[in-house]
Amino acid sequence: MSDTNAQTVAYVREGMLAQQPPPVAEAGVVKWIRSNLFPTWLNAILTLISIYVVYAILSGIIPWFVSPTWYATSLTECREIFSALGQSTEQACWGVIRDRWRQLLFGFYPSEHYWRPTVALIVLLAGLAPILFGRFPRWFLSFSLASPFIIFFLLWGGSIWLPIAIALGFVIGVAVFRALSGVNQIVAMLGGVVIPIIYWLLFAGRLSNELNGLVPIGLEAITSTQFGGFMLSIVIGVSAIVLSLPLGIMLALGRASDLFIVTKLSVGFIEVIRGVPLIVWLFTASLLLNYFLPPGTNFDLTLRVIIMVTLFSAAYIAEVVRGGLAAVPKGQYEGADSLGMSYWQSMQLIVLPQALKISIPGIVNTFIGLFKDTTLVVFIGLLDPLGLTNAIRASTDWNGIYWELYVFIGLMFFIACFSMGRYSLHLEKKLQREHR
Amino acid sequence: MSLMTDSPPRESFRLSQLIYDTRYRSLTIQVLTLILVCVGIYWLINNLLANLTQLGLQPDFSFLQSTAGYDIGTTLIPYTSGSTHLQAAYVGIVNTLLVAFLGVILATIIGVLAGIARLSKNWIVSRLMAVYVEGFRNVPLLLWILLIYAVFTEATPQPRDFRVGEDGTAAASMIWDSFAVTNRGFYLPAPVWGANSGILIGLFLASVVVAILYHRYAKKLLFDTGRLLPMVWPMFAIALVPVILAFFGLGRPVSLQYPELSGFNFSGGIQISNPLMALWLALSLYTGAFITEIVRAGILSVSKGQSEAAAALGIRPNRAMNLVILPQAMRVIIPPLTSQYLNLTKNSSLAIAVGYPDIRATLGGITLNQTGRALECMLLLGLFYLALSLIISFGMNVANNSMKLEER
Repeated sequence: MSDTNAQTVAYVREGMLAQQPPPVAEAGVVKWIRSNLFPTWLNAILTLISIYVVYAILSGIIPWFVSPTWYATSLTECREIFSALGQSTEQACWGVIRDRWRQLLFGFYPSEHYWRPTVALIVLLAGLAPILFGRFPRWFLSFSLASPFIIFFLLWGGSIWLPIAIALGFVIGVAVFRALSGVNQIVAMLGGVVIPIIYWLLFAGRLSNELNGLVPIGLEAITSTQFGGFMLSIVIGVSAIVLSLPLGIMLALGRASDLFIVTKLSVGFIEVIRGVPLIVWLFTASLLLNYFLPPGTNFDLTLRVIIMVTLFSAAYIAEVVRGGLAAVPKGQYEGADSLGMSYWQSMQLIVLPQALKISIPGIVNTFIGLFKDTTLVVFIGLLDPLGLTNAIRASTDWNGIYWELYVFIGLMFFIACFSMGRYSLHLEKKLQREHR
Repeated sequence: MSLMTDSPPRESFRLSQLIYDTRYRSLTIQVLTLILVCVGIYWLINNLLANLTQLGLQPDFSFLQSTAGYDIGTTLIPYTSGSTHLQAAYVGIVNTLLVAFLGVILATIIGVLAGIARLSKNWIVSRLMAVYVEGFRNVPLLLWILLIYAVFTEATPQPRDFRVGEDGTAAASMIWDSFAVTNRGFYLPAPVWGANSGILIGLFLASVVVAILYHRYAKKLLFDTGRLLPMVWPMFAIALVPVILAFFGLGRPVSLQYPELSGFNFSGGIQISNPLMALWLALSLYTGAFITEIVRAGILSVSKGQSEAAAALGIRPNRAMNLVILPQAMRVIIPPLTSQYLNLTKNSSLAIAVGYPDIRATLGGITLNQTGRALECMLLLGLFYLALSLIISFGMNVANNSMKLEER
């Protein structure tokens, strides 16, 4: 064979040739551009249109955005800067942000107390960290449990003994439950609920007064009418989120339960709440809630709003969790039953961990929606960031300023909501247990 | 075996069985819940009655028949300031339905197009859509409404800017001489229905029916014999050609009335007020961003094997999208789409931000403030939204059932 070759072929290469680089059109940037931007005629046209759209938007926004007005103290001064530079007035006047950012963040909270919401935010983040990321020592969780009371004390001020007296109620409840659960589960449950309630109604107020008389420690009390800006949004949003999750889970369990009356009541509540816009509920809170309370009661508007928003988002959470409950295979329920678990045991140990894992994206979406919806409180006279834009515009210095404030507020909301969405993706990936 | 037939000894009922026996426990829990809820409701209603007596207000709906005495900017049904509060409420209902209907249509169009574009292999197109979706989903709707409204009122010319000045130029000009964008609203040409236009409408409806019949016939022929008739262009031809011919044959019975500048404002044509326009656009863009993600998820949920199988059968990508992927994606898309439609309808109550006279602004706003009947107004308002939500969910459930997989 090799003989024939030797006679017919003049030259046989014996070593391997080095690999040639791929053709220019099939590698690197050119290849990427060709396959991602100009694969077909239609795509080429779309690409060109998109590039034009991007150009049009950026060329409109960037000159407006880049504006030497950071130190201006009024709109007129901005205009003077523009005319001095010989530029058009179609530019942003960023002085309003420098001038008023504190107000946008804190509303009319007294400025010498700004450290209180700031510390409260740090406490909030620290309290949330072990729940969100779960890589903390266990004792840190007790700090998380205490953080709502610390935050309440920091924001509202007043005597330090009131939040302590309220927190004591929970401690009493848990202690009673622990003590009695050796005797009888149901008695323990009842005792753990009823005794703290009696304590709160009858003793908590007196106790905090007494202690305050003995050792007066406290901060200056600040009414919630002075809350505003992003601080108000965060207060309403976070309290409603924290309160609505357990309520929503209970409603979902109620809706999915076998008990006829409980199911119907849950369905009725969920559908009525979801069928009516939040704005109508907020007006109900501000106009009508007092009608349904004993004559003469009058409590804080912010608190009323928090209650309404909590009920509202609980109904949405309930629907999300219901979807999760329905997605847990029936075998899981039956397996728990066949092990002889009680309803609460099977829910707590088997069903809910799986159902909640499935519902995480929906729950986070509900929270994002809830946080965005806190802007609606402007219509019942609370000063959220959008309400403050009106207040800022009412001053003679900044009369007629719109875009800069909206851009700033939009950016803040975007950062908050976008990071919540990213966190939910992260959590989804972390909890993924199926084969990938 | 005989032992088995013996019935177990019948125990007498003991009170503790109510708690410890699972047969009775569920009953106990339900009765207790019901009692608690009833006590709660009784407490609320008792408080309500006590409060109302104290204020000297009795629940009474007769205020609906009294004269409203206020004007409404946008009305589709007859209304003057002399009409009753009830009529004002109807105006509000129609306005709410109008913006919800327009919004649902535009949001669906935006959402479907953007959803498909988001999945495009074209890098820049899909990035652009991602920016759109994230931008609208992560910023409050209220801010978008205010922002778009501010664009319309602050950055658009005044009607008098359209006046041609002495130097022969105007500060602003109309688009194609027929559309005007001003800070008082949008002006479009209005159709004028002349004589014989009834015939034209009748003819149009008839030819649409014929086009649908043709579609059915072509489909039947395809299924029976396998012959594929052209579908799209004959349908358009059947629907449009006779009408166009008749339009010229009858001597152009329908004409357009263009908006014209007279004095300090435009007259003629259709005026769409800025509040409506801003609300409509903001609602559609915002909800469209959510629908985009729904459509994307729906299309991605169809397994890759389906499109590969379609390709293996030699079906072109466009037809595969229409015949194979979208019908399957629809089943995943419709349930969340329903809740987006509901959200859009409920969010239309944000009309308050721009002063668009929807039901919340008439019944729940001016009427409430004038008459002081907060309880009655809020009750009616809540019932309206509840009924509307239930109707929309019902309609979408019907659509969903018709799309469901027929399992054999």
